[in-house]
Amino acid sequence: MQTRRLFLRSSSIAAFGIGAAPLWLTRAVRAADQPRSKKILVAILQRGAMDGLSAVVPYGESPYYALRPNLAVAKPGGDQGVIDLDGFFGLHPAMAPLKPLYDEHQLAIIHAAGSPDITRSHFDAQDYMESGTPGRKSTSDGWLNRSLTQAEKSAKVSPVRAVSIGPSLARTLRGSNDAIAIANLEGFQVRDTSGADSFESMYESTLDKVMSGAGHETFEAVKLIESIRKQPYTPANGAQYPNGLGQGLMQIARLIKAGVGLEVAFADMGGWDTHSNQPARMQTLLTEFSGALAAFHKDLGERMSDVCVVTMSEFGRTAKENGSRGTDHGHANVMFAMGGGVKGGKIHGEWPGLAPDHLYEQRDLAVTTDFRDVLGEVIAKHLGNTQTTSVFPGYANPQFRGLLVG
Amino acid sequence: MKNLLDSKISGRWTTRRLAPVLVTVAAATLGLTLYAAKDDMQSRIDPAAFTRPLKGDQRLVHALNRLTFGPAPGDLEAAKQLGLDKWLDQQLHPEKIAENPEVAKRLQPLETLRMSSAEAAEKYDPPQQQLQQGQAALQQNRQQNAQQNRQQQQQTQQQLQQANQAKQAKQKGKQGDPRQQDRQMARLAAMEPTARRAAFAGQRPNQVLGYDLTEAKLYRAVYSNHQLEEQMVDFWFNHFNVDISKGADRVLTTAYERDAIRPHVFGHFRDLLQATAESPAMLFYLDNWQSAAPNEQGNQQANQRGKQGALRAALQQKAKGKQQARGINENYARELMELHTLGVDNENQPGGYTQQDIINVAKAFTGWTIQQPRQGGQFVFNDRMHDHGEKIVLGVKIAAGGGKGDAEKVLDILAKHPATAHFVSLKLARRFVADDPPEALVERMAKRFRETDGDIREVVKAMVTSPEFFSEGAWRAKVKTPLELVVSAARATGANVGFAMPISTRLVDLGEPLYRKSEPTGYSTNAAEWVNSAALLARMNFALDLTANRLPGSTVDIGKISSDAQDMSVLLPITARRLLGSDPSPQTIASINKALADKTPTPELVAGLVLGSPDFQRR
Repeated sequence: MQTRRLFLRSSSIAAFGIGAAPLWLTRAVRAADQPRSKKILVAILQRGAMDGLSAVVPYGESPYYALRPNLAVAKPGGDQGVIDLDGFFGLHPAMAPLKPLYDEHQLAIIHAAGSPDITRSHFDAQDYMESGTPGRKSTSDGWLNRSLTQAEKSAKVSPVRAVSIGPSLARTLRGSNDAIAIANLEGFQVRDTSGADSFESMYESTLDKVMSGAGHETFEAVKLIESIRKQPYTPANGAQYPNGLGQGLMQIARLIKAGVGLEVAFADMGGWDTHSNQPARMQTLLTEFSGALAAFHKDLGERMSDVCVVTMSEFGRTAKENGSRGTDHGHANVMFAMGGGVKGGKIHGEWPGLAPDHLYEQRDLAVTTDFRDVLGEVIAKHLGNTQTTSVFPGYANPQFRGLLVG
Repeated sequence: MKNLLDSKISGRWTTRRLAPVLVTVAAATLGLTLYAAKDDMQSRIDPAAFTRPLKGDQRLVHALNRLTFGPAPGDLEAAKQLGLDKWLDQQLHPEKIAENPEVAKRLQPLETLRMSSAEAAEKYDPPQQQLQQGQAALQQNRQQNAQQNRQQQQQTQQQLQQANQAKQAKQKGKQGDPRQQDRQMARLAAMEPTARRAAFAGQRPNQVLGYDLTEAKLYRAVYSNHQLEEQMVDFWFNHFNVDISKGADRVLTTAYERDAIRPHVFGHFRDLLQATAESPAMLFYLDNWQSAAPNEQGNQQANQRGKQGALRAALQQKAKGKQQARGINENYARELMELHTLGVDNENQPGGYTQQDIINVAKAFTGWTIQQPRQGGQFVFNDRMHDHGEKIVLGVKIAAGGGKGDAEKVLDILAKHPATAHFVSLKLARRFVADDPPEALVERMAKRFRETDGDIREVVKAMVTSPEFFSEGAWRAKVKTPLELVVSAARATGANVGFAMPISTRLVDLGEPLYRKSEPTGYSTNAAEWVNSAALLARMNFALDLTANRLPGSTVDIGKISSDAQDMSVLLPITARRLLGSDPSPQTIASINKALADKTPTPELVAGLVLGSPDFQRR
């Protein structure tokens, strides 16, 4: 800890206060002292419960069309039809940007995945999905924070090791490892530099533990991000990020490319609670979601081999449509995994079917893959943290699904 | 030393000797031990701290920090003169306090505050015209079948959404550079209120309602003498959250706060519950307006009326944005129990409910709908949409044929349920006492709730007169939410806020855009939600910008809060005490002194540093 603080303080003499540090200096210091992270995990939470049955459509199931006369996505063929994946499942047409990635085996789909907890409360289900302990509300930290291996006391860890995109630190990144929230890189500074040193010292020395923890992480990160912030950013390979989730993923891509030691990142996207007017809303939501993922992949190019993106939503929606061209709260959903080491071009997991007897409580898609099996495998095989039961306490027998190589 | 300090105060501080005396007592006994007791982001406080009483003037400082949006210059002295008990009583009965004329002056130009939803929609909701055009087109194409109509509507909706998204995106892009945003705001701030509003209405007519509502909220928070009432309006709006950016709620939210929330904030919970349940804003937000019994009689009748009748029915449905499909929508039923009343989602707990309960509550509420929501329509009970069968809710049988009364019985059951008394009390205590309040206090409040048939004023009174409220455990235990932070800063500095929109745009950066929480949970008041790197930086930037008069629309007269002393050993403690209402921590003083040694800081900078300090983030 001491070493780390010393390093940061000395490396940033000029970065704050008098003027900007010469770029070569910051770069050199970074190269020498900040180990490039080999593997990076990006977790995305789709808040509000995405309708997985509209995203990856089981068009080969006849009950699907009987259950959803007003909002089923049509069979392949035509503008509004699904994009066929394997003769049974198809992608929503708004997800077209992801089809090439599926074909290149860069994108894997895990269907009928979800939480074993039966709650249909957004609040509780998101809490469980972020803590990684379904059914247990007392867990104070999150699985993404626990997925980081504890640094040695003397080791240098990057202050931007764990980043949450947005104005608050996501529940899943809270915990004993330092983690920061960044709304956008441009705003990540004290603009009036005459006050910066005072604030740093105040938040460093305060006895208010809540404030000092966050303050300490903040000022270390501000210095490291300063040089990134000052360089204009153009996404590579002509990638075009959409707004919303896309802007969040672009911040993550910038951090990855700057090589400042990012290991895990979190972004979220809301608006998925489609109780009404679902077809139009899903069109919009999936366009943003797919466009963001595809742009991120394109922007990172080769670097994507070190990066794994995994997506989740707190629960799925009813198999049957409701009375207002929407769906209510359900159970299982679909997850996506994209990038390095992923065995893509495949739909993983067992499909439970939509026949009445196969539905959970005769209304929802049943869960056949625990979301912790998916996350546990990514953390073990991609991040190399095989202490799965530490990341997911109380989950004794994770079953990896062969989602990743290794 | 004290005399020396006081003699150098040069600002227009009304009773200059009192404030430092008041707060020195507070800080002397507390401060260090309390900070040290909090060990993590959970803000857990040693339970014994809730048994150690605050003493003397600490009680007053605490009450003003906690029950108002922060003391303004002169407030502590005025309250002391009045006496704490009397001050509390007045705040609990706002009709006893004369309102600050600054409020009416600022609210006057905001005409939509006084409009009915229908008037507001007519005047300020141009997309409505598009919908009307869509309807006109529909009239011309009477021969087209219903399927095609649906597609058309979908496309219209999509276009509307895309246009909306593009607009949001544009705004979001600007967020990256707050200074550019401020320049745009500065142009607006320079105008007279009426001219400014006209300019804004010309450019973005459909955002005028949100603009008026947001401005009004901030003006009231900063200037109202009915501070606890304003806190309660914020509390209950947040408890019964709706999102102004969801469809028709753009025109329905103003009336919602004014007519459903505000009149009941100190009233009976059952009345508040009824008012929200019947409000078009809530019916739209949680989709209940579309919830109907399957195979409702209306459809069958329409079918019997023959082709023409069916066509007319289809057109009417189109006008209401409805579809042919019929069935219940569970959204409101679930949130009503989980978020508004019982507060639990585990059927094995007391007050727990099952999925079947949710379905039955949804059935009871079928037919609670809105006449023409996008035109700002009123609540209406539509018997033809209603499920007339028997329902069992939480084990209580609701007989068939009850009509609108079915849902009212549900509201009775929920309002009287002990789990509701507990949940509402817990939520109040979390906001006003501590993130993790003592269960004994919550139980006492819940008991008061049950005894008084949910009299909110009595429950709040039980809380603010309790020993736990005036205990060391509660002292500075709460981290300010972004709203509390910006308003308390404006109040502490005695800022003249003539145009509040720049403050509301900062609230977006801070993570609390007003009236725009999309999730029905509302905003959290828990420290862990608000203390993080992005938010702290935004708080520091806000503090420095406010005192340096870089925030358009608000002016701080530094002479009111500072001193003309050049010497930091005088300037800093005076400024800090006035802004904090209590002594700053020695660490904060030492940090500022160290960082600014050998420099000649301006009083504006010193004040900004105090507002951005860890000390000012708590209340």
